Formats: sequence, structure tokens, C-alpha cells
Amino acid sequence: MLLKKSSDIRSSEITPEGIYFNRRKFLLGAGAIAGAALVAPKVERILMPSQPVLAGTKLDASKGSYSTSEKETPYNDITHYNNYYEFSTDKYEPADLAKNFNPRPWTIKVEGLVNKPKTFDIDSLLKMPLEERIYRMRCVEGWSMVIPWIGFPLSSLLNQVEPNSKAKFVEFTSLYDPKRFPGQQRSVLEWPYVEGLRMDEAMHPLTILAVGLYGDTLPNQDGAPVRLVVPWKYGFKGIKAIVKIKLVEREPVSAWTKAAPNEYGFYSNVNPNVDHPRWSQAKERRIGEFLKRPTLMYNGYGDQVASLYTGMDLKKNF
Amino acid sequence: MKTKYSKPFVFLACLMPLGRLAWKAFNSALGANPIQVITWSTGTWTLVFLMVTLSITPVRRLTKQYWLIQYRRMLGLFAFFYGCLHFTTYIWLDQFFDLHSIGKDIVKRPFITVGFTAFVLMIPLALTSTKASIRRLGKRWVTLHRLIYATAILGVIHYYWLVKKDIRKPVIYAAILGTLFLYRILVWMIERVPAQTPAEKPSPKIAPGTVATK
Repeated sequence: MLLKKSSDIRSSEITPEGIYFNRRKFLLGAGAIAGAALVAPKVERILMPSQPVLAGTKLDASKGSYSTSEKETPYNDITHYNNYYEFSTDKYEPADLAKNFNPRPWTIKVEGLVNKPKTFDIDSLLKMPLEERIYRMRCVEGWSMVIPWIGFPLSSLLNQVEPNSKAKFVEFTSLYDPKRFPGQQRSVLEWPYVEGLRMDEAMHPLTILAVGLYGDTLPNQDGAPVRLVVPWKYGFKGIKAIVKIKLVEREPVSAWTKAAPNEYGFYSNVNPNVDHPRWSQAKERRIGEFLKRPTLMYNGYGDQVASLYTGMDLKKNF
Repeated sequence: MKTKYSKPFVFLACLMPLGRLAWKAFNSALGANPIQVITWSTGTWTLVFLMVTLSITPVRRLTKQYWLIQYRRMLGLFAFFYGCLHFTTYIWLDQFFDLHSIGKDIVKRPFITVGFTAFVLMIPLALTSTKASIRRLGKRWVTLHRLIYATAILGVIHYYWLVKKDIRKPVIYAAILGTLFLYRILVWMIERVPAQTPAEKPSPKIAPGTVATK
């Protein structure tokens, strides 16, 4: 029987010694690259959640001139990540708990140091000239969103009631109704939620009352039917479900200031140089992004609002 | 009660929280702020495993299920495992290796200082968890491993200091930890009292060289 002798391996096919001894390293490297290639789209999906889903009643709004051109946060994230303690202290819960909240009928009483106090019905507010305002929103907790609000300047409402010369501040009050707001059955904060602005802040063209989001009426979990939006301040200043606006002489004490005066001041302007006593405010995570980005002074609205605070010690007036 | 499969079974059960997190991650079910969810979940499970580890001693004594001791090391190591994941999430996903801001956080933020300390204290325990170490260290091993009490206390403080207002959950952990400590204090007091009384009469001890004045 003839056994074929195996042909000799040509010297060109012999693996060079260096590569031979590094074969494990090579395999590891190749494995890592292949693994990364497999995982990369997944990782992107994990870190870039949800596509927009739209619901609600369409609102007619003109394009406002104060909008940012930054990429908008998806509707699903804006409506499923809410600090709304009237429903729950868990940001993932208001979306579900607010489902059956009915923001009708609804009126807002505007009173105090004004010549013409007036109660506005929400449906009359929806008929005011509405604008889309795409604003950055920076939460005091260190995350941010870009939100296409629909609303009108607070000043256009205040002008209708004619504040008198004694009015120095504006105090806002949320609905108090523990039956509709399950979170109000526990005293995490002193209810109802109260917020305040200085008169010039309230009259500033950037300050709006929002009645809509992404072209539709405001979802319940975002503060329906009407909420405050002050884009250069931390998000908690944006009081939701407003029922009363009062013009007053003295600085109002807001709900969070009452809860922790050393942590949450009256102004609460976004300021990367003044840390929260327990965490840094220098950076923020934009929802949907992986790397943190630096937080901007006055949340990037310094050109419009820095002049309101000239000469003030921002460390003291935090 | 105990078969040859029970240890691997417990081991796999301990991996479930990680499995659930991974499943959610790959199905985009971690919500709007995935990194925060990963941080919270791994932190929570570190605390849970610390509590479970500390429950072994009371539970095995009270229920006379003495074999439970065989699980204590594994559970303690899982506390360390989830602690490592929690720490890695912070260093990597949250801060993205920004050593400057990590250093500042550890020094300036009390809740991070205590969390970091709690984690560091677990390292020697994990390193000396082998049978060889137990034999080599003898009694000192027991003393060293009391560090887990410090880790658990600091871990609960870390949680308490981090929440904004709603302290219900950290208070629950504090209550559980308090109960586990109370058991140990009671045992210590009970075991101490009868050991002394029959041995010697309660005569006042006078240190050598002390002169009684009255």
C-alpha cells in the first residue's frame, strides 16, 4: 500500500515566530473588535432610547424667536421621566399615575396687588396667541432635556390684570387635591406646591406659561393644563398645574426652599459654579446622550438674562 | 433541604439582578436615563446582599438551620460583586474616567465619600475570603471581617444622604440594619451575663497599686 507523503509546507506559509507567539494577543484583539462591532448598535440603542409618539389635541402655534436649534428630546422621554411629586417621587411613575387626571374644568385666579384681578378659564388661555418655544431644561439633579413647549409669555397674562406699583414678586400656587394627586397624601413637601419669581423675571420675554408640548396640549404628567417655564432656572421652578397667581410685595417662599433652605434658594438660576451642597452642578447629562456635557451659566441664556442679576452675589443668592 | 444542586442554584439566583438589568438594557427598557437606572440598581443590590449576608448568623441560630453558614461567603462576595459593578458604573458610565471630577467628588461630596469608603472596606474582606486566609489569620480573621458592619452602616448613610427628599427607602434599610445589630447586641449581652456570675463573687475590683480611700 502506498501512503502519500504529505507535501512539505512552503517556507512562505510558515507563520513568523513573532506573530506565532503573539497569537493569543491577536485573537483577543480580533475578538474585542468583533465584540465591539456586534455590541455597538445595541449600546447606541441602550443610550439613545425611544422614538416620539404623539397624542393629544393639536394646538395652533407660531414659531417663536427664542428657540434653540438643538436636537429635541424624544416625546416619550419628556413624558416618561417626570419630577412631579404630586403624583410620585419616582420619576418613572407619573406617566402612569397621571393617566386619569382630568385637567378640566380649570381656572386660574390672578389676584393680589393688581388693578384688575381676574379669573381665567383654561380654554380662554388656549385662545391666546400661542408660540412654540424650544427650550433647554436643566434639572437640579444634573440631567437636561430640550423641550418644544407651546405657550405664551407670562407678561401678556400679567399685563391684563395691571399689576400696581407695590407688586414686587409673583407667587404661583399648584392645585391641592389629594384625591387627584396621590402624592399629596404624604407630606414629602408642604402642599400645595408654591413657587415665586421677582417681577422683572416674571415679565421677562423668555418666561412663559406653557399649555402644550410637541404641537399638542400638555400631557398630564408634564403639568397639564398649564405650567410655568423659566428656562434659565432649575426645572423645579417650573411649577405645574397652576391654579393661582398672586402679585405680592414680599419674596414668596417656594416649596423646595421650605423643604431644604440650604439646598434650594429663591433664585435657583442654573449656575455651574455654585454646587448643590451634595453634588456638583458643573456638568449635566442630556437625556439620550452618553457623555456628560458642561452646564452653561444661566443654562445658556446669559445673553438675555445676566443683566437681571448684575451686582448680585450669586453664591449667596443661589 | 440541601442537595448538591443548591449551591449552584443560589449562585445563579444571585446573578438574576444582573441578568434582569442586562435583559432590560438590550431591550431598551431602562427608560430615559439608563445610566442612572444601572447605578441605582447595582447600588440597591449591593445593599441587599450586605443585609442578606448579615442575616445569615441570626437566621441560622434562630431557626437552627446551621448549614446556612455555607452560603455566607458566597453572599458576601456577591455584595462585593455588585459593589464593584456600582463603582464601575460610576467611574465609567457616569463620570467616563474623568479622574479630576471623580477625585473632587470623593473629597467634596459626603455621600460619595462614605460610599467610596464602604466600597474600599469590602476589598480586604473579598481578598481574605479564601479558606487559606481563614486558616492563616485565625482569630484575626474574625476581627478583620467585622469591617462588614462598617460597610453596611456607611452604605445606608450613602443612600440616605443621596436622596433628595423621599427618605422612605433608606429608612427601611436603616431599620433592617438596626434590627440585625440589635440581635447581635442582645446575644452579646446574654452570653456575657451568665459567664460572669457563677465564676466569681461580685467583689469590687481594685487595680494593683490603688489605695482604697474609704
